[in-house]
Amino acid sequence: MEDEEKILLKGNIAIAKAAINAGCECYFGYPITPQSEIGEYLSKAMIEEGRIFIPCESELAAINMVIGAGSTGTKAMTSSSSCGIALMQEAISAMYCQQVPGVIVSVMRGGPGLGNIAPSQGDYNQACYGGGNGDYKVIVLSPSTIQESIDLTYLSFHLAFKYRCPVILLADGILGQMMEPCSINKNPYNDYDYNIEKWALNGAKNREPRNLVSLHMDLGELEKLNYDLNKKFLEIEKNEIRYEIFLTDDANIIITAFGTVARVAKTAVKQAREMGIKVGLFRPITLSPFPSNKLGNLICSNVKIVLDVEMNLGQMLKDVRSSVFGKCAVKFMGKPGGGIINSDEILEKIIDINNNIES
Amino acid sequence: MEKLVYQESKCFIENFKYTFCPGCGHGYVLGIIAQLIDEFNIQGETIAVSSVGCSIFLEKFFKLDVVGASHGRSPCVATGVKRSKPNKFVFTYQGDGDALTIGFNETCHTALRGENITTICINNTNFGMTGGQASATSLPNQKTKTTPFGRDVSKYGYPIKAAEMVATCDGAAFVARCAVGSSKLYDDTKKILKKAFQNQINNVGYSFVEVLSSCPTNWGMSPVDANRHIVENVSKYYKLGVFKDITS
Repeated sequence: MEDEEKILLKGNIAIAKAAINAGCECYFGYPITPQSEIGEYLSKAMIEEGRIFIPCESELAAINMVIGAGSTGTKAMTSSSSCGIALMQEAISAMYCQQVPGVIVSVMRGGPGLGNIAPSQGDYNQACYGGGNGDYKVIVLSPSTIQESIDLTYLSFHLAFKYRCPVILLADGILGQMMEPCSINKNPYNDYDYNIEKWALNGAKNREPRNLVSLHMDLGELEKLNYDLNKKFLEIEKNEIRYEIFLTDDANIIITAFGTVARVAKTAVKQAREMGIKVGLFRPITLSPFPSNKLGNLICSNVKIVLDVEMNLGQMLKDVRSSVFGKCAVKFMGKPGGGIINSDEILEKIIDINNNIES
Repeated sequence: MEKLVYQESKCFIENFKYTFCPGCGHGYVLGIIAQLIDEFNIQGETIAVSSVGCSIFLEKFFKLDVVGASHGRSPCVATGVKRSKPNKFVFTYQGDGDALTIGFNETCHTALRGENITTICINNTNFGMTGGQASATSLPNQKTKTTPFGRDVSKYGYPIKAAEMVATCDGAAFVARCAVGSSKLYDDTKKILKKAFQNQINNVGYSFVEVLSSCPTNWGMSPVDANRHIVENVSKYYKLGVFKDITS
């Protein structure tokens, strides 16, 4: 994207444009703040492209339409926010079991319940650990800039079809609503062959019938399927982990944060560095699978403290703790229910922690 | 001289075994579906959408591509299939628990959108697969596992007359209620289902067929008595007929 033309785009619109560019053939959605612009934009753009747009009766309908389109090997997407994503959980578990690809954009707002419409990261657990039933896992991608929202939209479709599974693009209200210069670059996976003809449903003409179902009642059938699907997820873990590290080499303090907060934290890290404080940042991009080994390997003898910062009450914290594995102390700083953390607050905390290390 | 009296549909898997109780109505309707798929020669062009309930195991009987749906959501899954592959023949096979109890919202909105799919809804007035609890269609005073004193409409409300309600949806092209329970009813059901299939092939739009069907096990009746119950009681409460047909 070196010489791509930069344009000023709102985050939600950028995701919608990237979906078009990624070859998304069907969009199914139900409005909810703070992501309604995705559906609004696509209600025009998809029709102009000769593609499918359906304003659904509910989020249940939307995600199940994604399953229908996905089962024929068609790229399909839905988008929603917190309580809307909650309604989709049953279907997301089914998608994993049925091995149906599809992309779910989740733009988090404050919770629990209807909560509010302020930005939040309160749905880390919902995305990564889900509310669906059974031993299932979802690929969860977390952008921290609008450009990255675009790039990860491409990656979401790519991974969904490469591994035939649901992928959640997890943004928050800030990323959805803010504007930033970015470029709608070329989808880097345009030429990838996903071998759709080997599994997709298109009628059992001159071949054995296929089924994509999630009830497996024969003795041992479901147990074996679970092992097979888990093996696939281990493969995803091996191949697809993504993260960013910033100034961690000599750090005494490592901040862990994802999405918007990671970007705010980066500013605080730069300011602290100017003050001579040895602090770095670890930002997971794949929240699931979580880059546990990468974070764990950063914790060498000079790291005294890991500070996990989130716009919630500490949901990624347990993944951070298990990655750090007791090799140093882990502290937490966060705000729930739509509370936004600014860089001054993080900087203040860094200075405070640094003073305690030195004393 | 040999005369062919019966030929198994080519749509059925060889030596398949139904998962149903003796006397269950599902087998009749699945048999009709298989015959129609043969008659229209659409086996290789069909994608079936199964649902949750006794209606679930389509892939165990049919040589068809099958996609499963969560409880009540097969019209949505079918919408996704049909919109992405408009040239394929797409049908949902659901029970009254699925299409009319947990999924009636989806049923109505699919009808309102006029999706060019065919829904076959087996109404046996209870949740059969889970062992005979009351569903939205259980008759007034019907004894079920969860209405042991009979369905008291003053406490639990009235049964849903789905075909009549779906027929009010402007997007619906063809809405009918038929039954299996006698050879006459069976023949009528085949005619109605044939029309519902033909409509989709002709791109007419959404067809909804509610089939009153027997559940001898959960009704506590013999198969013969269960069929008689359909003729004498169930089809009196749920009137048979075509409620909407934009092609006529």
